[in-house]
Formats: sequence, structure tokens, C-alpha cells
Amino acid sequence: MTVSECGRIGRVWVPGETPLYSRGVLTIDQAAYDAVVAHARRDHPDEACGVVAGPAGSDRPERIVPMLNAARSPTFYEFDPTDLLRLYQDMDARDEEPVVIYHSHTATEAYPSRTDISLAQEPGAHYVLVSTRECGNDEGPVEFRSFRIVEGEVTEEEVRVVPAYGASKPQPMEQQ
Amino acid sequence: MAIEVRVPTILRSLTGGEKAVPAEGASLGDVIENLETNHPGIKERLVDSGDLRRFINVYVNDEDVRFTGGLETTVSDGDAVVILPAVAGGEA
Repeated sequence: MTVSECGRIGRVWVPGETPLYSRGVLTIDQAAYDAVVAHARRDHPDEACGVVAGPAGSDRPERIVPMLNAARSPTFYEFDPTDLLRLYQDMDARDEEPVVIYHSHTATEAYPSRTDISLAQEPGAHYVLVSTRECGNDEGPVEFRSFRIVEGEVTEEEVRVVPAYGASKPQPMEQQ
Repeated sequence: MAIEVRVPTILRSLTGGEKAVPAEGASLGDVIENLETNHPGIKERLVDSGDLRRFINVYVNDEDVRFTGGLETTVSDGDAVVILPAVAGGEA
């Protein structure tokens, strides 16, 4: 597969690593991708966090919901517990699920930390990490990477940014 | 009428896949003991050393129980209990 076939990817595979394309894929449209990155830049140097919800079973992240980082910290994030309840009630009412759970790292790479791994409790979600260590609040390079985190095991997946969801075939579900 | 407990995805392996299960009790602690009887293993995921786990949120009728007495929060028939794991992490 070439880069032009799969769209923009989060990063380049380095020999010796688990091949990026060997397992899952996150397909996300440009608007949602841009909104996640913009949120991460805006909240730098604190960690930004949120979800991109989508119809249950669709694996399609459609509705970005930026969340307040109750910790307001450069090294920790936590959804405010009251907002968390409202978010899940809202998703339930819309028959949605958290397709993407995202947060930023502001001084380190976009890879799950030990804290991220031990606290990950949505095995069906794509955990997206954005690193703003290079760009800060400004335009500039960001890392945007996606992972599955299931029972402490981290699996990186390809990130495919598409102009819109309509044109491409739905991706097979992994979490069902 | 019982108390309805909504169970997050990650704990549904303990409730036979059910999103919501009935339970009984006069306090949240009782409800969790009652859940443990019917769904063994669930208590350990919610409680540690006699208190709610730090990264588990429980709500009774939409109120975060951290502000209403924790495991001693009173409940009665018809109440709705929601369990949600925290969404948290970070590079530290």
C-alpha cells in the first residue's frame, strides 16, 4: 500500500517496529482530525482531551466532543465526572459510542504512557494521542497516532484521514 | 421495584453482556454487595480497601456519590445507579 492509496498517515513506519498496517486502522474525516488537532494546540501546555462519538457499531468518528480537562495539567487529564455522565447519557440517547478517545501529550511523544495504559477502560475505542511538543499553541508539526489499548496491551494502528466518510467503504469493525 | 444499575462496557463480561441489571439494597455499599452475589467479581472492580476506586465514578440519580457519602449513599427502590470508569491518563 502506498501513502497515496491510504491517505495521510500519522507517521512513517520505522524498520524494526511492529508494522503499522498489520492490525487495525482508524479512518477519520478531515474535519474531525482538524478539530482534534486544533483543540490540542489551543489547550497547550495543558493536556487536551475529548471524544469523537459515532453511531454504535459504525466505527465512524463523526461528532467531536471536546471535554474539560478537570486536572488542568500539563501531565495529566481526566474528564470532569459530571461532564462524563452527561456525555455518556447524551451518547446513549443518540445511540452512539465513543469511537475515538483523544488526549494530547505536550512535552513527550504521541505514545500511550504507563498511566494511559493502566487507566484505559474502553476496549472498543481508538485511543488517539496528539503531541504538541513541537508546535505548542502555534501552527507547526503535530504527531497524531492511534492505538488500541486492551487489558494493558497497546497496538498501534494506521490513521487514515479521508475527505468525507461517504466515499469510502465502511471499515470492518474490530471491537464487536 | 428494584434499583437499576447501568454497567459500563468493560464490566459487561461480568453481567452476561447486560447493559443494566437490577439490584437491591439500602445503601450503595449494599447494592454493590448484592451485585457481587449475582455477578461475582464485580465488587473488586469497584471497591478497594472499603472505598470506591479512585478511577471509578458512580452516580445515584445523576449525583456523583463522592458528594453524597460514597458507599454510604442511601438508595431506594426505583433509583438509578450509573457506573462509569473515569476517562483519564496523561504523560506523567
